Amino acid sequence: MSLKRNILDLRKRKEKVLQGGGEKAIQKQVAMGKLTARERVTSILDEDSFHEYDLFVEHEARDFGMEKKQLHGDGVIIGTGTIYGEPVCIFAQDFTVAGGSLGLMHARKITKIMDHALKMRVPLIGINDSGGARIQEGVNSLAGYGEIFFRNTLASGVIPQLSVILGPCAGGAVYSPALTDFVFVVENISKMFITGPEVIKTVLGEEISMEELGGARVHSEITGNAHFYAQSEYECFEQIKKLLTFIPWHNGKKAKAFPPKPPKPEYKIEEIVPADPTQPYDIRNVIKAISDDSDFFEIMENFAKNIVIGFGRMNGETVGFVANQPMVLAGVLDCDSSDKAARFIRYCDSFNIPIVTLEDMPGYLPGVDQEHMGVIRHGAKILYAYSEATVPKITVIIRKAYGGGYIAMNSRHMKADFMFAWPTAEIAVMGPEGAANIIFRKEIMNAEDPEAMRKEKVAEYKEKFANPYVAAAKGYIDTVIEPEETRNMLLHSIEVSNNKVDRRPEKKHGIPPF
Amino acid sequence: MENLKEFNVDGTVYKTEVTKKFENRKAWERPNPKHLKSFIPGTIVEIFVKEGQEVKAGESLMILEAMKMKNQIEMPFDGVIKKIHVEEGVKVPNKMLMVEIE
Repeated sequence: MSLKRNILDLRKRKEKVLQGGGEKAIQKQVAMGKLTARERVTSILDEDSFHEYDLFVEHEARDFGMEKKQLHGDGVIIGTGTIYGEPVCIFAQDFTVAGGSLGLMHARKITKIMDHALKMRVPLIGINDSGGARIQEGVNSLAGYGEIFFRNTLASGVIPQLSVILGPCAGGAVYSPALTDFVFVVENISKMFITGPEVIKTVLGEEISMEELGGARVHSEITGNAHFYAQSEYECFEQIKKLLTFIPWHNGKKAKAFPPKPPKPEYKIEEIVPADPTQPYDIRNVIKAISDDSDFFEIMENFAKNIVIGFGRMNGETVGFVANQPMVLAGVLDCDSSDKAARFIRYCDSFNIPIVTLEDMPGYLPGVDQEHMGVIRHGAKILYAYSEATVPKITVIIRKAYGGGYIAMNSRHMKADFMFAWPTAEIAVMGPEGAANIIFRKEIMNAEDPEAMRKEKVAEYKEKFANPYVAAAKGYIDTVIEPEETRNMLLHSIEVSNNKVDRRPEKKHGIPPF
Repeated sequence: MENLKEFNVDGTVYKTEVTKKFENRKAWERPNPKHLKSFIPGTIVEIFVKEGQEVKAGESLMILEAMKMKNQIEMPFDGVIKKIHVEEGVKVPNKMLMVEIE
């Protein structure tokens, strides 16, 4: 007897599953401006590289009429494939099947591919598009979420975890993305919240749309939940692929090296930065002036814009940039920017990515709202993250490095490997105006012309302390460099730090000021 | 770079852009102990006092139900109810002025 019949039977079964929630549901999905789960997976992965598992999985729910319903693949697709030829694990919730709702078997499929990703040390990409828990499955569905969160935590810092929000992601479901390294959102498509507009309306009588409550913009600008914002799904997929070129496949590896390229000549480092420390400029132009091909891949570009984080390459190798942004809020540190930078520093440290810190900031943001929001607790995160990090850490002080900010921004005292300063650097306990007002208070008060005396004393303080040489005299700065030398000094210091060994006391884990 | 504003940090004035979040921050106000505000969004299910009534510290003024919990709103000190800004059955947002005391 030939195998033909069995093969035809298999094909027929597969075909049925591949229809997902069926023609009507797919039409609805398309009408919402969304791609189907399968289209998404195949668009992200290399062509024809996707291999699917668990497509014949069926749910076991026996209540509320569920026993009569067949849900293809139980509303989620899992599998493996490649991106730029390198293996990845992926899952995609299928909104066309019971709204992508998460039941026991749906969750088991996800945890299966998560376990595989962790064991095989490959990145995990999760596409979220789900109405939430499958209510009919009760506590089984909660158990499913719990098992996913636990694995997210285990895999954290071992393999990269990317969450792509391409539909609703509500209630408990939001905590899986929140536990992962990078969250991608798309305008008009992504919706994340703990309690939706319906509940808010019932409880509070407040009317708010899903988009206003937890849309892509909200999470990339206000909450800081999202790391990458895109206008379309395809733009989002390009961001995913670009990110993966910068990061290693697991924490035992380095990111892939690319052929070195010089920065583009239009970024002239000396012309970017004004000499007057109260005048703004875009720090991203400095990053572009020193990184390979002037290619800077910014992360969280719309959140806490007073600090800039992201990846670039130097001599072909990935580096993580952390830079104060004088163009926004004068580059101060505050609650949000501390959160943003600290998490990124820990990412780089986990994944063997050297950190280059560019410093130009007047200190922590003063104000009651900051103090009451916990700027002490949040600000401490930066100190913790830098101190804890053992990857090569290099700092360039461009202009202002005042007070607590000087210490926090990867100073020698946080064990920076190399500390460079431009001749424009001002390393001092605070800005000249504030310092002069305190030190020379009596002289200013008793002077015939207090304003003239104040100006004189500010100038005196500036002359004496607003420079890099006091810090250099103590060895806190390794050398004062010309702006044009910055890239070469960085290339060299990264190169000589290549075999860095720096151990911290053995412990189960620290207690960072979360 | 647009919308450059003057921004004072420790006495030095910087030229810089400011964020929406920074501009929308609320100015701090000293809390007025005579103003009772809601501490959680919810529904006023019952009010036990009237305007002009003398009430002793610790007596219950009303019940604010939120998250399936019936919270007693207590009088913080001996006084007179000056004005009640809520009614039974209304939904209140967080930090809404509910009662003024004299």
